[in-house]
Amino acid sequence: MDSIKLHYDISATDFTRAGAASGDVKRTLKELGVAPSTIRNVAVAMYEGEINMVIHAGGGVIDVEITEDAIKMVLADQGPGIENVELAMKEGFSTAPDNIRCLGFGAGMGLPNIKKYTDEFQLDTEVGVGTTLTLKVYMKP
Amino acid sequence: MTVQMIKDHLGLEVLTAGDLSREVTGCYCGDLLSWVMGKAREGDCWLTVMGNINAVAVAVLTDCACIVLTEHAALDEAAKLRAEQQGVTILTTDESAYALAVRLSAVIA
Ligand SMILES: Nc1ncnc2c1ncn2[C@@H]1O[C@H](COP(=O)(O)OP(=O)(O)O)[C@@H](O)[C@H]1O
Ligand SMILES: [Mg+2]
Repeated sequence: MDSIKLHYDISATDFTRAGAASGDVKRTLKELGVAPSTIRNVAVAMYEGEINMVIHAGGGVIDVEITEDAIKMVLADQGPGIENVELAMKEGFSTAPDNIRCLGFGAGMGLPNIKKYTDEFQLDTEVGVGTTLTLKVYMKP
Repeated sequence: MTVQMIKDHLGLEVLTAGDLSREVTGCYCGDLLSWVMGKAREGDCWLTVMGNINAVAVAVLTDCACIVLTEHAALDEAAKLRAEQQGVTILTTDESAYALAVRLSAVIA
């Protein structure tokens, strides 16, 4: 199988569209006949990443590459960056404001969920420059 | 037990009708979307008060069988539209999540 490449622009603070990119990837993987557990892992990781971009970083871009043995996702933004990565990775830690929490976000479970549901997880961030998440979910038979 | 049967058994009201013949295999209660995203399983009946468009996205991504808005929590117009487009079933009840979950466990056990 040739690799499939997908690209998404995630616009700032548009909550009504958040989830559209992950939904599209989910559909694509389903059509390819990928195992449901693999699809779920990708969907969770990508949705959380998408939401983080919208809430914390003013949008960004997502590139997805589907190959025979893995789904690779690169989520890049030029937001404020993360000051303390160790803290941000803790379950329950969130800097989301109240208006965001009212929508059901800001549980501080996003980054931990992403790590839990991916096989490879790399977080590169620099304050004032931006954040890039490079993720891989392996194809399971 | 299908969504339709659960609806009839528990006396729930339909707000948006997706695939009512879907099998309900479990239940998840929660309002924090990241918790639900990480924990709810395919085929779950999801009990929540979160009736916004993001809840619909979570239901789609987790492959929940349906959403039940407990204690008649409000469903946004935008969420209703999105649910209709995506074929997500949303039901409503005046009962609390606890009360409904107790009754649900008796019928899907
Ligand atoms: N893309 C990002 N840009 C800047 N900060 C981020 C980004 N993603 C996460 N963060 C920071 O890490 C914290 C924890 O993220 P997460 O676990 O997803 O929880 P939540 O999004 O619910 O706050 C956020 O509250 C925020 O401070
Ligand atoms: Mg988050």
